[in-house]
Order: sequence, then structure tokens, then C-alpha cells
Amino acid sequence: MNRFAALLDRLVYEPRRNAKLRLLVDYFRHTPDPDRGYALAALTNALMFKEAKPGLIRGLVEERTDPVLFRMSYHYVGDLAETAALIWPTPRAIPSISNSPPQGGGEPAAPGLGHNTPIPTITEVVEALSTTGKSDLPARVASWLDALDETGRWALLKLITRELRVGVSARLAKTAVAQLGQIEPDEIELIWHGLEAPYEDLFAWVEGRAGRPESGNPAPFRPPMLAHPLEDEDIAKLEAADFIGEWKWDGIRLQAVSGKAADGRLVRRIYSRTGEDVSRAFPDLLDALEFEAALDGELLIVRDGRVQSFNVLQQRLNRKTVTAKLMTEFPAHLRVYDILTEGEEDLRDLPFLARRERLEAFVARLGDPRIDLSPMVPFTSWDGLAAARSDPASIGAGIDTDAIEGCMIKRADSPYLPGRPKGYWYKWKRDPYLVDAVMMYGQRGHGKRSSFYSDYTFGVWRDGPDGEELVPVGKAYHGFTDEELMKLDRYVRNHTVNRFGPVREVEYGKDRGLVLEVAFEGLQRSTRHKSGVAMRFPRINRIRWDKPPAEADRIETLEKILARGEKEIHPFRSQQTEGQEP
Amino acid sequence: MLQLGVGASVDLGDVLTRHGHDRSGRRSAPALQSVPFILYFDSMALRSTDILTLTPQGLYCPLGDFHIDPVRSVKRALITHGHSDHARAGHQSVLATRETLLIMGERYGKGFAGSTQGAVLGESIRFGDVIVRFTPAGHVLGSAQIVIEAGGTRIVVSGDYKRERDPTCLSYEVVPCDVFITEATFGLPVFRHPAAQDEVRKLLHSVALFPERTHIVGAYALGKAQRVMGMLREEGYDEPIYLHGAMERLTELYKSEGIPLGETPKVAAAERSELAGAIVICPPSSIQDLWSRRFPDPVTCFASGWMRVRARARQRGVELPLVISDHADWDDLCRTIHETGAGEVWVTHGQEDALVHWCRTHGIAARPLHMLGYGDEGEGEEAQPAREEAGGTA
Repeated sequence: MNRFAALLDRLVYEPRRNAKLRLLVDYFRHTPDPDRGYALAALTNALMFKEAKPGLIRGLVEERTDPVLFRMSYHYVGDLAETAALIWPTPRAIPSISNSPPQGGGEPAAPGLGHNTPIPTITEVVEALSTTGKSDLPARVASWLDALDETGRWALLKLITRELRVGVSARLAKTAVAQLGQIEPDEIELIWHGLEAPYEDLFAWVEGRAGRPESGNPAPFRPPMLAHPLEDEDIAKLEAADFIGEWKWDGIRLQAVSGKAADGRLVRRIYSRTGEDVSRAFPDLLDALEFEAALDGELLIVRDGRVQSFNVLQQRLNRKTVTAKLMTEFPAHLRVYDILTEGEEDLRDLPFLARRERLEAFVARLGDPRIDLSPMVPFTSWDGLAAARSDPASIGAGIDTDAIEGCMIKRADSPYLPGRPKGYWYKWKRDPYLVDAVMMYGQRGHGKRSSFYSDYTFGVWRDGPDGEELVPVGKAYHGFTDEELMKLDRYVRNHTVNRFGPVREVEYGKDRGLVLEVAFEGLQRSTRHKSGVAMRFPRINRIRWDKPPAEADRIETLEKILARGEKEIHPFRSQQTEGQEP
Repeated sequence: MLQLGVGASVDLGDVLTRHGHDRSGRRSAPALQSVPFILYFDSMALRSTDILTLTPQGLYCPLGDFHIDPVRSVKRALITHGHSDHARAGHQSVLATRETLLIMGERYGKGFAGSTQGAVLGESIRFGDVIVRFTPAGHVLGSAQIVIEAGGTRIVVSGDYKRERDPTCLSYEVVPCDVFITEATFGLPVFRHPAAQDEVRKLLHSVALFPERTHIVGAYALGKAQRVMGMLREEGYDEPIYLHGAMERLTELYKSEGIPLGETPKVAAAERSELAGAIVICPPSSIQDLWSRRFPDPVTCFASGWMRVRARARQRGVELPLVISDHADWDDLCRTIHETGAGEVWVTHGQEDALVHWCRTHGIAARPLHMLGYGDEGEGEEAQPAREEAGGTA
């Protein structure tokens, strides 16, 4: 466990990808099986044990420390595993006795760790977690925590809660394994979903001690091709004639793969963008995969032939059980835009337009209403595409306009490359909505923002019983630079009027307070919020140090957006031109 | 200024709130909330709030007519130590240890106060009915606690302090008292500083491991930088320790006070690229500057108690965190409160709420002062690298 802890501890401070890779390669090279395999499983989130719940850890700590101090510490540190690791009282063999000289002339026993538990290996931890019953788990975890030092405790808690967050993607971990030998990371991806921890066959193959493990998975995940955001300066450099346009759907990117197993059975899989197998969440869609191919597309909810907004789609996601009712109310639909393989044939090296022809023919043959084609958006100039982007209905998007969040721009000759290669695919999102709101509360952030007041609740004006009052309409925790974060953090500290644990209420009123220009993607009615509206993806667009709070927007501005639907794309732009930039 | 006579029954909270209004003319963020705080009269002793009250300028002793570490100009200021959030220029008269006066002179120029008086450690000075005495705080060179006695009550204003050994300043001395006024920069039980010596060894180990890289150590210019140098020397490191220009004057001041720091040349712009294997000490704000990028493949280090929390180190882009602090950690804060025997504790700044909670659960009356301007909760200080000159240390 200590070696794994040391690896995590170094990774967490290492910002450079190549250095992370070196650390990982070094670890895999010098750590024996099966420890390194379980470490790989931890890094790729492939461990099968049921994760320990935060409540278990909290309970163990609260048995040993003052719960109030623990809670304050947690709010400060912003990470449960680290708080618990730091605050955990190390058991001592001999209570430290001050001012009492040693008796009888012997050496005083050095105060040291008082446990008898040997330091566990990662393999022991993983195996114990798979076999230990729920009632024995707390005692087991406590004995490990007693045996480990601060770094070890931190790593153990990260491991058992399955929340490593050390800045290593599954892809990077696999790349490191590939570097143990002369193997391309994509070759590992192809067989990955057929492998299991502790991956002794994988390491043996990579190190040249054995042949390639049989994938056993006729429907493997293939790393998807990703797009860069289109910047203004890109437009000048790109030739419109070299590109095709598509709608950018506001859904979930999926890869749908089917293939024949050795026994002739059809194996179907649906993967998320990151390669997670999400088949079980979409049995209705899985049914539709009556083919041998790998398709790239967008998960949407389609009711009566109409694509629903992302708000609707969200109600289908993250459900523990998928009931028939859920599937009827929120029917899953796949809108495809690329084809990676068909039968035995890998199409990824073909130019985009050639793949597109194959895809169109494929979808036509399939003839399943649950799977359809994402149409191309015709355009001859960037201005023309900009017009389509701001008014999709004018270019034939029709009733699906609500689910469009912009355009995709793809080179007509681009092969399908894993990752985010430069110069091939771009995404061009439409402009967000903007509203001027007043900061009401600041809350301490988590992770990178730990202990900064980085989450801001903001409100707009409405008529209250005693005149105009601010009503909270949302909360945002990004959109600002690190430098702006420092200023906002300081603002919260220096203008606090009330403290509620990790939350501070700041000054606000007609003549005092801070105006935040908030950008957001959409609005929906909400009974959970006092204001009756909920924002989608709100973020701080600008800090209006210059703007008097009395001039912030009123709730009617949001009501109008709701009433208009999302057809008008940037209703605030005309007001934006007033006034000077701060 | 509100003058409080003996027995005046003005609650500390009232004083503050009223000042808050005076200052801004409208409701402003209160520096102190209305925490129930009742002190019972002892027929012999003065109330502690009669001896010391909180004003917008800082802690004030109406009986002796002086402020302690005032954040704005006052007539008479008693200063605990030279960090600029405690020691500001522009007071009519200043009483502080000789070393603190030297540090203030170095930072603000000779005319930093109308007049100055050197306090000799352990010697009593009378202001009206009040007797004042300075005693070591172990924080930085010249740092002192201020002991105030009046009418049979003894109050200790500790300023910033630590209990860990420091080769560059005198060790903290426990003064038994009725009221102990403490900081709480690291006032949470997650802050348990490891032995500073081990952290310095960690640095030396890394230097040995990466002889082709320069180790850039961010450290506060007053105190921390010299302590790191002093400890490196104690570990037998005898190579020159290179200094960023901002470190030079105070380091020379330490040396002229007889503290052995060895050879500490200033880094010349031209030689930065040739300092592979060297240790360079610079202000925390410079570790991520272009300035530090000119060194060969620099290893970014930061010597601070905040480095205990991983997210803090990551926020600063630190690769080698060194948990070395000039403030008491949680265990030492609690231990010190116990050792003073104080029945009442006031917490000036830092994580006041946690330490106040701890005191109350241990049967000690305690209140947070929520004082602004001191390290600004420490963490705010930490978050703003550019302010390290203006704030305290950590």
C-alpha cells in the first residue's frame, strides 16, 4: 500500500503529462503482480468491489474526534479522504508522559506507533473489500488506518471510496502500461473490455512474456474522435469549402457496438465517451443494435418524432433501475454521425465523406426508428453557417431546434482519429444567455478550489412584500480566472454579514453588493428553487465591479426567456452594448 | 475613540458595532458577532474588557492609552513583531523589541514612527495603572508576547507564535495568565506540522536526487526564509544558498544580529541558467513567475504550514511541499492554552471558530474576535501570493 500511496502522492503534485507517465511506468515496472494490476484497476476505475461510503469514514472519524471540529476541518480541506487522513489520531503504544523522568535507569521507551497490524498491501485491501461483509468493514478499515501513516491513510481512503482524482485518466494509465513494451495504447483499448484485474495476462503480453490475451469481447470500445472549440482566429484560417457542417446535439455522446462472439452470439455494448460500459442503462436502445458495426452518435430522447431538450434527457440518466415506465416516458434514441467499423472492416482510415456514404447506406438498411442519421447542414461560407447556428430552424432543423446547441464543423477528408487531433473537427456553440445578478452567498469550494470561497449564489430583483428584494436564481462556481477567484474570495471574506458553516452571506442591497454577469445555456421551471426557475450550466461570465446592484436584472427577464422558449438565441446582446467595459 | 473608564459597563460587542456604524454610516460586515459573553465581576480584579477592548484600529488598552499591533495610525503602538500586518508605519510612537524596531526601520525607512522605544525582554514598563512586559514568542527574530497587568488581572497578547525550535529566534516562553489572547492561523486539528527538520531533509534528499535541477524554495521574506537557511546549515549543507533580491536586506539584518546563515549570494540575472543543483530562496509570489522559469528545470518548493493540505500545494503549482511553519499547529495551540492556565481565551485571527469550540468543550471561556487585517484568516493571505509582504507568514 505504501508504494501505491507514494505513487498517488507524487502524481497529485505533478502537472506535466509526460512526468506523470514516467511515474506510472516506473511504478508498473518495479511493482510485482498482482499489486500493480490492482493499482491499474484503481486508476482506470475498474475495481469491482463496492466502494466504501463516505458515511462509513465519517463515522469512524467521529468515533475518534470531536465531530464539530471534524466538520469544520472538512469544510476547510474540502476533501473527505484527506481530512480523515490528517485528523486520524495515530494510536500510540505508550501515552506520552511529560515531566516524568524515566524510572529505574532504563531507556525511556520512544513514543511510537502502537498498532500491531502490519501495513496492508493493495492486493490485501482489494481482496478484503471484496470478501468482507458490511458489518465487519468498519473495523477492518479502522485497523488499516491505524497501521498506515498520513499518506497511506489518504491513499487508502481514496482507493476504497473509488475517488482517486489524481489527474490520471484511464487512457494515461493504459498508455503507461503500453510503454512497458512496444505496444500502441490503442491495441490495449481493443482488448481492454475483455480483461479483468489484476491483468497478469496483459502485463505478460506487454512485457513480451506471453501472447496477446484473447479479447473475448467482440464489441470493444474504440477511443472516440473529439473536436476543438472553434475560436474566432480559426475561422480566418479555415477554408469553408474544405469542411462540412452538422448540428451539435445537446445530448450524450455514445458509441454503440455490436459484434459476433466465437459462438455466433451477437454481443451488444453501449459505451460512454470515456469508454465506460453503460449498456445496462439503455436496454431499449441495446435492443436496436441488430447489426455488426461500431457507430458514433448522440443519445437523445425523442417523443412523437420530436427531440427533447437536455433537461428532459437528464431525467433518464443516473437512474439505478430502468423501469418500463421510464423507457416509455423517456425513449432512448441514437442519432448517429459516424461509423467506425462495419462487419470485419475498419473504416476509420477512410475520409469523412466516404464514411458518411457508408453510414447513410447502413442506417437506411437498418430501418430502425430508434437509430437515425444526424443531417448535414449545408453552407457555403462561414457567415452562412453562423446564420444557421443562430437560427437552426431556418435551415430545416424544424421542431428539433430545442436540442441543438450549435454546429459541428468537420474536414471532409478527415480520418477517424482517437483523441483530439488538431485541424480536423471543431465545435461551434451558440452564444449563451446572459443576465446581471447580485452575489448573495459564497461557499467554500472543493478539490482544486478547496478553502477558497468559489461557489457563488446570486439573485435577481423581484417585488416582495416590502418592496424590491433579491431572490436567488442560481449558483455558479466557474467561468472566472484564478486571478479573479482571488478577488472574489477576498470580496466574500471582507463583506461577510453572516456565517453558516462553509457558507457566508455577503452584503447585498440596492446600493451595496457585487454584480455578476452570469452566462447560462437554458432555463427550466423548478419547484425546488424559490425563484421557480433553474439555470442550466450557469457560470460567471464577467464580474461587474462597476455596476450598481440596483441595476441588476429582474426576475421578469428570466420569465421572458422561459416564455419565449429557447428560440431567440441571445436576447441580451442589444443591452450589452451599453456602458463601458470595466 | 471611545474612552472606557474603570467599571464602565460597555460590552465589547457594543463598542464594535457602534464603530462599524461610525465608519461607514450604514450597516457593514460586523467584525464581531453578538456572541453571548458574560464576565462576572470579581470584587478584586478589573474586568478583562476594561483592560483591553477592540477598536477599529485593533486591540486597545484604555487605562494605559495604547494599542497593540494597530492596523491604522495611532498615538502609541506596542508591536509584537515585524510582519507588516502587525507592524505598520505611521504611528506617533512605537514600543517594540530592538530587533522588531530594526526590522521596521529596514522595511519602512528610518522615519517610520514619530518616536521609538526599545523594549527589553522581561522588563516592566508602566503606563498609568498598567504594567507591560515583553517576552519571547518564538515566531520570528524579535517577536514577543505582550503581558499586560492591571488591578490584579494579567492578560497576555501572544501575537503570532510557535513552540517548535527555531535557530533564528528565541523560544516561546509560557506566561501564566488570566486571559490569553491567541492567534489560530492553523487552528484546525488537520494541521499537525511534522518536524521541520524532516522537511528540510526532504529538500536535501531531492537536491541529491536531481543534481541537474534547481530547487526554488518559496519562503516569506521575514523569518521563514532565514529559518530555512539556518536549518539547512544545521543539517550540514554548506553550499551557497542563493537569494532572490527581495530576500537580501532582511537576511543581512539577521546576519548582523549574529545568526549564522553562511554564504547567501544574490542571484544575478545572468547566472540563473547555471545554477543546476543549487537551492534558491525567493518570495512565494516568485515560484511560478517567469523569473523562476529561467533556472534549469526548476523544482518548485514552498515552505509553509499550508502545504499540509494537498489542494493548497496544488493550487500553487508546488511540486515539493515543505511543511514548515512559524505558527503553532493545532496541538501546540491547545497545549499552550492549557499551559498558560488562562480561564478565558480570545482568538484574534485564523480558524477562530474551531479553537473557540475546543476551548469551550474544555471548560475555558472563549470568544472569537474575528479581527480583520491580520493575515486575513491566514488562508486569504495564502491565496494571494503578491501580498506576502503585506501579510503575515504561515
